[in-house]
Amino acid sequence: MRARTVEAARVLDPFLLRALIAAVGVGLVAAPLGCLVVWRRMSYFGGTIAHGGLLGVALGLALGIDLTLGVVLVSVATGAILTGLGRQRLVPSDSLLGILSHAALAGGVVGASLLTGQRLDLMGYLFGDVLAVSGTDLAWLAIGGGVVLAIIAGLWRTLVAVAVHEDLAAAEGLPVARAEAALIVVLALTVAIAMKIVGVLLIISFLVMPAATARPFVSTPEQMVFLAAVVGAVSSVLGLAISMSVDVPGGPAIVLVLSAASLVAIGWTAARRSG
Amino acid sequence: MGVGTRSGSVASEIGPAGGVSHARSHHHGHRAHDDGGHHHAPDETRPALIRGRSLTLVRSGRVILDRIDIDIAAGEIVTLIGPNGAGKTSLVRTLLGLERPDAGVVERKPGLVVGYVPQRFDRDAAIPMTVARFLTLAAKVEPERARRVLEEVGAAHVAQRQLAQLSGGELQRVVLARALVREPRLLVLDEPARGVDHLGEADLYALIGRLRDERGLGVLLVSHDLHVVMAQSDRVLCINRHVCCDGVPETVAQHPEYARLFGDAARAFAIYQHHHNHEHDLGGEPLPNEGTHGGGGPRA
Repeated sequence: MRARTVEAARVLDPFLLRALIAAVGVGLVAAPLGCLVVWRRMSYFGGTIAHGGLLGVALGLALGIDLTLGVVLVSVATGAILTGLGRQRLVPSDSLLGILSHAALAGGVVGASLLTGQRLDLMGYLFGDVLAVSGTDLAWLAIGGGVVLAIIAGLWRTLVAVAVHEDLAAAEGLPVARAEAALIVVLALTVAIAMKIVGVLLIISFLVMPAATARPFVSTPEQMVFLAAVVGAVSSVLGLAISMSVDVPGGPAIVLVLSAASLVAIGWTAARRSG
Repeated sequence: MGVGTRSGSVASEIGPAGGVSHARSHHHGHRAHDDGGHHHAPDETRPALIRGRSLTLVRSGRVILDRIDIDIAAGEIVTLIGPNGAGKTSLVRTLLGLERPDAGVVERKPGLVVGYVPQRFDRDAAIPMTVARFLTLAAKVEPERARRVLEEVGAAHVAQRQLAQLSGGELQRVVLARALVREPRLLVLDEPARGVDHLGEADLYALIGRLRDERGLGVLLVSHDLHVVMAQSDRVLCINRHVCCDGVPETVAQHPEYARLFGDAARAFAIYQHHHNHEHDLGGEPLPNEGTHGGGGPRA
């Protein structure tokens, strides 16, 4: 990867190079978390936390604090509220997600426009602007991504065991509560570092699609993470190439490549099952 | 001799002062340890691996467990019986720390390793998982030990298969293997024979008995099968939210509360007799075989 980026640097503009590093980086960081999200059936949970990120931008603007910090705080809070409200049984969790997801999105849009008028690049926050990634954003990606991967690696056995059977993991004394909390924090961190690159609406694609693409071809959790990382990185490069050649937004172009890959993989599996 | 040990002689168990006097009876409003020093023998001979005292669980305004006392010592098989909805699984989950009791305490021997086979194990094909990898979720296991344990439960041939592709019986064996691979001192099995065919069931209970005999495991078993209860258990705890009665199988079988709960099924098995081919010394170690008991006395 290193040699390739160095070589690419000679032919690419710096902004394109940064876009490439950012998109591939998000793809790599998102792979293990994306697998966990798929295994735990948390894609709407993750999406809601991502929407909380937009509210976090508004909060950051209102309080005059660092926007990334605002995003992390509000995303973690969204996850905690979801967990808390999920303790009741009368309103099912998917309805709860529908409520909070759109509350966060609408709150973020309203808050941001109240605070900044028309100056905020709303499209950028919703769909990302991978070509506008700065050196600071890359530094955030490196630090945040490192923290995310370290937390996941440290709790990997518990995270997988909980995904397979939570009660069994708890009875065996694994730190289930810590792993659950860590998963929310890691999701929030991922939202924070990926928001400028892919946008709050598309982050969940980077999590779910590579993992879904990898699933039919693997037989252990670790193989799935590895293949998801490869799919994420390759799709990022392909998507950016398409974005350059036909002049369309980078994030959505990558998501289209990922969509195609996952639909082909799932379709292939479905056809094989029925045939 | 005493309730809950395997040390008693046959004679003392069947004597008039034996069985019945050791069946403790609990009624609503009585705490078990109020009944005048009738404590389980394990308290005296060896410390309990796990001990629940006055466990009370209330869910949605319903009392699920009402001041239940339970002990499991090393080397004994304790079986929980009771009608549907009696709180058997809730009691197991409370002992394992999966439910927080509203009153009462669970005490574990420090460092106790528990192997657990839950009643339900819903597989999810979304997670790619070979049987071999599944075993390593419980503990860091060398492949050789994982292979040995799979062999022990009769599932060596499925080591490389996906969890989602196993039959019900194979899955049950694999989950038991995961419990055993941790080298537990206490094995908790919640209706382990579910989904296992009849032949597999006999194997399963034989294995559980062997683990107790050879490794001195304490076993807590939830079972619907009265036949198995009478044949396999050292002690039976019959619950219906509260403890109805407990003691060695024979005394529980003669207890009026038990007869009331199980009706005809209970009468059919109350006089169930079985063979066993060895005795145990005070420490629970198997003694050399002194000849098979012909008609089979009640298990000591």
